[in-house]
Amino acid sequence: MNRRTPTLDRRKVVAAILKQRGSALVVAGLGAPTWDTTAAGDSPLNFYAWGGMGGAAMIGLGLALAQPRRRVLVITGDGDLLMGLGSLATIAVQKPRNLAVIVLDNERYGETGMQDTHTRFGVDLAGMAKAAGFRAAGTVYSAAQLKTWIPRFYRQAGPVFCDVKVGTRPAPMVLPVRDGPTLRNRFREALLGAGEAYR
Amino acid sequence: MQKKIEKRATRNESLSPAPWPDAIHQVLREMNVRQVGYVPDSGHARLIELVRADRGMRAVPLTTEEEGVALVLGAWLGGERSALLMQSSGTGNCINMLGMVNECRVPLLALVTMRGQWGEFNPWQVPMSQATVPSLAAIGVVVQAVDRAADVGDTVAAAARLAFSTYRMVAVLLSQRIVGAKQFK
Repeated sequence: MNRRTPTLDRRKVVAAILKQRGSALVVAGLGAPTWDTTAAGDSPLNFYAWGGMGGAAMIGLGLALAQPRRRVLVITGDGDLLMGLGSLATIAVQKPRNLAVIVLDNERYGETGMQDTHTRFGVDLAGMAKAAGFRAAGTVYSAAQLKTWIPRFYRQAGPVFCDVKVGTRPAPMVLPVRDGPTLRNRFREALLGAGEAYR
Repeated sequence: MQKKIEKRATRNESLSPAPWPDAIHQVLREMNVRQVGYVPDSGHARLIELVRADRGMRAVPLTTEEEGVALVLGAWLGGERSALLMQSSGTGNCINMLGMVNECRVPLLALVTMRGQWGEFNPWQVPMSQATVPSLAAIGVVVQAVDRAADVGDTVAAAARLAFSTYRMVAVLLSQRIVGAKQFK
């Protein structure tokens, strides 16, 4: 099994990805991916999960099916994805062309004390996504590899899956709004307009 | 006018009532439900077929019911209404994810076929069946039970209005008396 030590800086990875976001909708998984996404620049079109572990990819699927003309990016952690592995199969069956699932894989449960996740022992999330039927799936270790993947997140026919191996250097918490109805309302208002959002 | 009403009454009497899955499907259409998540279930088999055949709905088979809870939230963020079909055992798989939907005040309509309740043969179905109402209620779901096939359409319509108009999670429990107890032979 591949045992390269991840070195990419998660904040730089997310900033580089979201710099190109245009009109994309973003779902951030609970914990560090939410802090990273907020640090890259808050937007009403970011939905931050503060709970519901295991659900980020499926939130992305529901959103992608509802908004087939918009690109949807799920940015989540390895712990969150491992808790909802079946969602890879469910997404692959639906084959949403506009969905990219990006895992910031530090091989640790960061919010609970940096305990090892299964990926630390070689479990290959991209291999699982590929086997499930994602149209594109890969693992990124370097900035150069990331550069080739970023356009795929926005343009390649999905579902696209990318496991980005990131280091464990702690980054300061950057906390977004945490009230659920506020996050929901601002997202819907920005996407659908106030008339439709509050009907 | 009087004649028209009489005519309508006669016509209604001459038709046998629609089977309950068809009544639910009709409600889902009228309520503009666009995504339907489900784990295959014999009790929901006909409704699932109707949903799959409906070009206005997206049928989303799930590997576990909690996926559907997150799907509902995503669909709502994107402006679409959805519904979940599951067996009572599946409600237990949803609890923590329902906490997220509760916190976000996102409407959720779950249609639950009961096992372990009316004429059950399999003892392993009983614990979760009996825990369905208290556990759903504990996480904040409004629970409405229906015992007669003739009441299913009205109950689901009322539950859907409650869910989508008040931004609440509502589960309709379809009694095993309606669904029929599984025959082990």
